[in-house]
Amino acid sequence: MGFVLCYIAGMITVDHASPLLEVRGVTKSFAGVAALKGVDLSILPGEVHCVLGQNGAGKSTLIKVLAGVYTPEQGELVWRGEPVTIADPTAALGLGIATMYQELDVVDGLSIAENIFLGHELSSAGVLKVREAHRRTRALLARLGHPDLAPGREVGSLPPAGKQIVSMARALSRDIRLIVMDEPSAVLDSEEVKNLFRVVRELTRDGIAVVYISHRLAEIREIGDRITVIKDGRTTASGLGVADTPTRQLITLMTGRDVENVFPPASKIADDAPQVLRVDGISVKGTFEPLSFSVRAGEIFGLAGLVGSGRSEILETICGAIKPSTGSVTVSGSPVRTGSVTAAVGAGIGLSPEERKSQGLILDQPIYRNVTLSSFARFARAAFLNEKLERSTSRVQLESLELRPADPDRAVGLLSGGNQQKVMLARWLVHGTKVLLLDEPTRGVDVGARAEIYALIRQLSAAGTAIVVVSSEIEEVLGLSDRVLVIAEGENLGILPAADIDEPGVLDLVMKGSES
Amino acid sequence: MSNQTAAPVESAMSSNRASATLRRFLGSAAGRNSGLVIALLLLIVVGAVTGGDRFTSISNVLTIVRLASVTGVLAIGMTFVIISGGIDLSVGSVLGLSSVVATLAAVQAAAASFWPLMIVIALAVGLAAGVINGIIIAYGNVVAFMATLAMLIAARGFAEILSNRTTQTVNVRGFLEFSDGDFLGIPTLVWIFILVSAAGWVLLNRTTFGRRTVAIGGNREAARLAGINVKRHIVYLYALSGLTAGIAGIMLTGRTTSGTSTHGTLYELDAIAAVVVGGTLLVGGRGTIVGTVLGILIFNVLTNIFTQNNLNTSVQAITKGAIIVIAVLIQQRFANRGARRS
Repeated sequence: MGFVLCYIAGMITVDHASPLLEVRGVTKSFAGVAALKGVDLSILPGEVHCVLGQNGAGKSTLIKVLAGVYTPEQGELVWRGEPVTIADPTAALGLGIATMYQELDVVDGLSIAENIFLGHELSSAGVLKVREAHRRTRALLARLGHPDLAPGREVGSLPPAGKQIVSMARALSRDIRLIVMDEPSAVLDSEEVKNLFRVVRELTRDGIAVVYISHRLAEIREIGDRITVIKDGRTTASGLGVADTPTRQLITLMTGRDVENVFPPASKIADDAPQVLRVDGISVKGTFEPLSFSVRAGEIFGLAGLVGSGRSEILETICGAIKPSTGSVTVSGSPVRTGSVTAAVGAGIGLSPEERKSQGLILDQPIYRNVTLSSFARFARAAFLNEKLERSTSRVQLESLELRPADPDRAVGLLSGGNQQKVMLARWLVHGTKVLLLDEPTRGVDVGARAEIYALIRQLSAAGTAIVVVSSEIEEVLGLSDRVLVIAEGENLGILPAADIDEPGVLDLVMKGSES
Repeated sequence: MSNQTAAPVESAMSSNRASATLRRFLGSAAGRNSGLVIALLLLIVVGAVTGGDRFTSISNVLTIVRLASVTGVLAIGMTFVIISGGIDLSVGSVLGLSSVVATLAAVQAAAASFWPLMIVIALAVGLAAGVINGIIIAYGNVVAFMATLAMLIAARGFAEILSNRTTQTVNVRGFLEFSDGDFLGIPTLVWIFILVSAAGWVLLNRTTFGRRTVAIGGNREAARLAGINVKRHIVYLYALSGLTAGIAGIMLTGRTTSGTSTHGTLYELDAIAAVVVGGTLLVGGRGTIVGTVLGILIFNVLTNIFTQNNLNTSVQAITKGAIIVIAVLIQQRFANRGARRS
């Protein structure tokens, strides 16, 4: 009897816990294009509310509405029972809503303490109270599990994970009740993710609500309480319990169809497949040790290692963006001049970089101009470009990559992450690249489009392209590759068939490597 | 009943679509340029109302365009540099230097017998200064602002040494006849401006050179990783800007029939103002030749109206400043609308 009463009492409290923030039917459009078509969301105090959705579903717009960057056209925001308008970011902070953006908004040239108190500096009569700021900064950093960071340290000298700590400390330096985290784990390794989760749990214990946005379902399972799914600017499901919603259902809600996140089967490499890429003892002083490997036509070669292991730098060196201290690169038997991207591209090497937006694409420009950027020789006669040919060639390529709509005149910046990746692939396909270097091919690509990208990579390899893949998701490297090179702190720990090793195996090797 | 309710919804939707289309048009390059055309037409109306026939006469129109042509040529080269995300502060000084060197050559009699040599020399001087700028910026990794500021100072000094700070008059008849002449009733200087603008338009919109320039301005790292030789292209860009400074130098030498180290002082600022008012983003990645030409014309029509009405040149300067601020404010609005996305 007592038990039943308690149970009912518990139910009642949960039922009556009034929401901290309610988002009702919010819409927002840009230049006539609707980004949000009606989003509903209810956040309870002290919960971790996960927002799931594919790229382009409207998550970023929603975050910016909550942060006061955008004002919604219709619908209302109800904060602790009162309808509010959040006119600007200062108003959001005034209510107690802090936002940690994916592109960390810290000022590199200022110290940690200066960043944390930026906009609400501690001062008396206009004179900064530096010592007080440092004292409070130390307390905040300790709370976040980083008492090792000095408040006076310049933020520009910190790794991305450190900048994120600063960004979070800044949020906590204010009196907040809701903190929005946009893909906070994207820049973190597994140890740092653990620390992040510890901090999140501490926050929720104090009654602070967290809106957590991530692509990684495993993380959502670990840290989340409830899930809201948005698709095409609309809420498709709200307040789902994390524990009792199967992954399959979430993916269906996100994509509107059933998708299995599996890697396509590896095709058999012909015994007489020619060696296409050959890397002989390349090294970059202080970044990675001399390294040799070769990739055959139709083979996918993976580099497995943690953040900071030198993976990306290896790809950048092969494609000529970094000049190696030693070693040589050969494509189909002919040596490639190192340290020149132009020479590497000419020899048939193409890189799809880690940061597509800042390193790969010209977002302002239409798709076809991004596609033909490396192949002017094919489209120009005596320096005069044939735009008609550029458009038609791009269209054919976009269709074969199933990029919809296959409109070559659309600005690349308007595309989703998966489609932007397809534009990068299209560039190298049009160029006729023999060696494709893929750095984080599915970063910022949602679950639904991932399987598609994997299948495309397989298809390209089957057509005879030699592919080198780098990813921070070890499972992805192992799933895609035929052979993998395990690397830790710039050191080659061995090359082995991908089928012979699993994720714990790689981590085991990496741990052993760093001990010795 | 259903018809009655459907009609207003439909018309609301179509007006919504129409305003979206209008906004998109105003955000596009053609839309921004049409705004400039409207501004220019308004100025012309003001000029016609206040100046009457004096303003609208063919000779006055030709005067406006003839005076516009020197900074106009500079502004075409500047457009490329600014689209690539750079800046060239040295063009005014390089103009002066090339006029001095070309005049010296004429005085030294070498060119007197064959006057086109003066033009070749002026162009070569401009090109050389541009190449030096480009190499320092691209391979020395010096910020364009500083490198070209240094060239601005140094080229002026060099011109002073060569000319001994005196103004040399050009007496080469063939050259004077050429530069003061006309073809089909349009002065030679105006023809040069037209040709440079047309060549600039083709170069920007139809060639790999133009495409590379926009790509570098839009995302330099992406252009580099796509295989574009960014450093070499930057040298070409400043060489082009230097070349237009050389062309402007010989044009001003012809118009004033003299060469002096003070030629072209502060012209770089007029050129930059015209480019920016013309809709080219100072951060690079976007801009048009048509916009630059319209920007030049707007400033020169304005100057003409002030001169025609004997108005204070200081007030004119204030008006110019206001136009720059207003134009940039308007452009930012449209640029933001066009660029915002989810």
